[in-house]
Amino acid sequence: MDTQSLTGGFADAPVAAAHAFRAAMEAMARPGTIVTLAGAAPPAPLSVAAGALILTLCDPETPVWLAPSHDVAAVRDWIAFHTGAPLVAPAQAMFAIGDWTGLSPVTRFAIGTPEYPDRSATLIVDMPTLEPVGARLTGPGIRDAAALSLPEVQAFRDNAALFPLGLDFYFTCGDRAAAVPRTTRVS
Amino acid sequence: MNDQHYNFAYLDEQTKRMIRRAILKGLAIPGYQVPFASREMPMPYGWGTGGVQVTAACLTPDDRLKVIDQGADDTTNAVSIRKFFQRTAGVAVTTATPEASVIQTRHRIPEVALTEGQILVYQVPIPEPLRFLEPRETETRRMHALEDYGLMHVKLYEDIARHGAIATSYAYPVKVEGRYVMDPSPIPKFDNPKLAGCAAIQLFGAGREQRIYALPPYTKAVSLDFDDFPFEPTKAAGACAICGSDTSYLDEVIVDDAGGRMFVCSDTDYCASRAEGQP
Repeated sequence: MDTQSLTGGFADAPVAAAHAFRAAMEAMARPGTIVTLAGAAPPAPLSVAAGALILTLCDPETPVWLAPSHDVAAVRDWIAFHTGAPLVAPAQAMFAIGDWTGLSPVTRFAIGTPEYPDRSATLIVDMPTLEPVGARLTGPGIRDAAALSLPEVQAFRDNAALFPLGLDFYFTCGDRAAAVPRTTRVS
Repeated sequence: MNDQHYNFAYLDEQTKRMIRRAILKGLAIPGYQVPFASREMPMPYGWGTGGVQVTAACLTPDDRLKVIDQGADDTTNAVSIRKFFQRTAGVAVTTATPEASVIQTRHRIPEVALTEGQILVYQVPIPEPLRFLEPRETETRRMHALEDYGLMHVKLYEDIARHGAIATSYAYPVKVEGRYVMDPSPIPKFDNPKLAGCAAIQLFGAGREQRIYALPPYTKAVSLDFDDFPFEPTKAAGACAICGSDTSYLDEVIVDDAGGRMFVCSDTDYCASRAEGQP
């Protein structure tokens, strides 16, 4: 393990994680809203926002899968040191992290069961850009309509059709993040 | 001041991560009860341990916390929870609804409309709306999975058959986004219309029953009813004896041994701010 993996965590974990969670919750509660998620300094190619989400939500109880784009030693070591999350196959993962190409097809991730729809994966998608333009979002958490530069539309339509099962997505770019839960209708 | 013998907001970080993951799944599946590993808190079950854990997982040092119990800021439950977070999280507190960023509530929604950026945390005793109709968790879980809510309509129908009207006056079930039937906690049904389309994030925590659920902002929550017996948000007929409001939810207070009584606003902050504004 490179000693670089030992750095880049939250400076003051309880407070930094609280701020990061509030931003992450605002994003999930208001799909399409772009929030700032700072405080982490993860190794490339992880974005700051993706790193903050990992530090806030992952621990030894949350199996993680890294897409090929992010499955490098520096990222593996950083996640191992800071969270202790086990790396597993896609179908077992509670969190999957990578770029959109690496995560696709998303149908390989757990979507929950009718009795326990919460037992589904959350995908953290590192994006080259993240702007409030493009795909039109409607649904719970959105007063009228929101827009977000999603990588495609069909995958999210298919995902929304699974409701109450389905996947939940975070999109990250630099220190900014937005979310699209399964309830969001994308067009 | 923050008591440094405790971690920020009392709970350890691993517990907060677990609760935070449950909150996010709750927001992603509105109205669905997410199981979580509720911790022992330094207060008995029934005193808001679920709400306290959700609040602890949400608080940041920048927050301004308001705690109400049946609408009142100055009752035992509200005062002790407010002091708990002042001591363990060092957060600022307030009784003014518009100034609060996080509001923990026992059984009321404030009269003043909530805004974006606010979080309303409910203390929930029995999160399962079907529990008194079907005691087995395995069965109620299957009923939710199959969207089998006929039993709830039978219960409301039996209310009408027996009493001539839907007699359920609190914890009145709502259907969220056309899918899950949800217990809004024992708020009076007068408050039910405020659940839907609310600008704030609404989180529900049940400590003993180990469930967290949520309503994102601007979410549909329809009170169950029948075409010929529509839902009615009722309150006591009358006006507040202190501030004169005839639109707020009223408590009936016995004032002497001769049966004297008066109605006052249940929301003490609403009542006080109105009373202050009057000459």
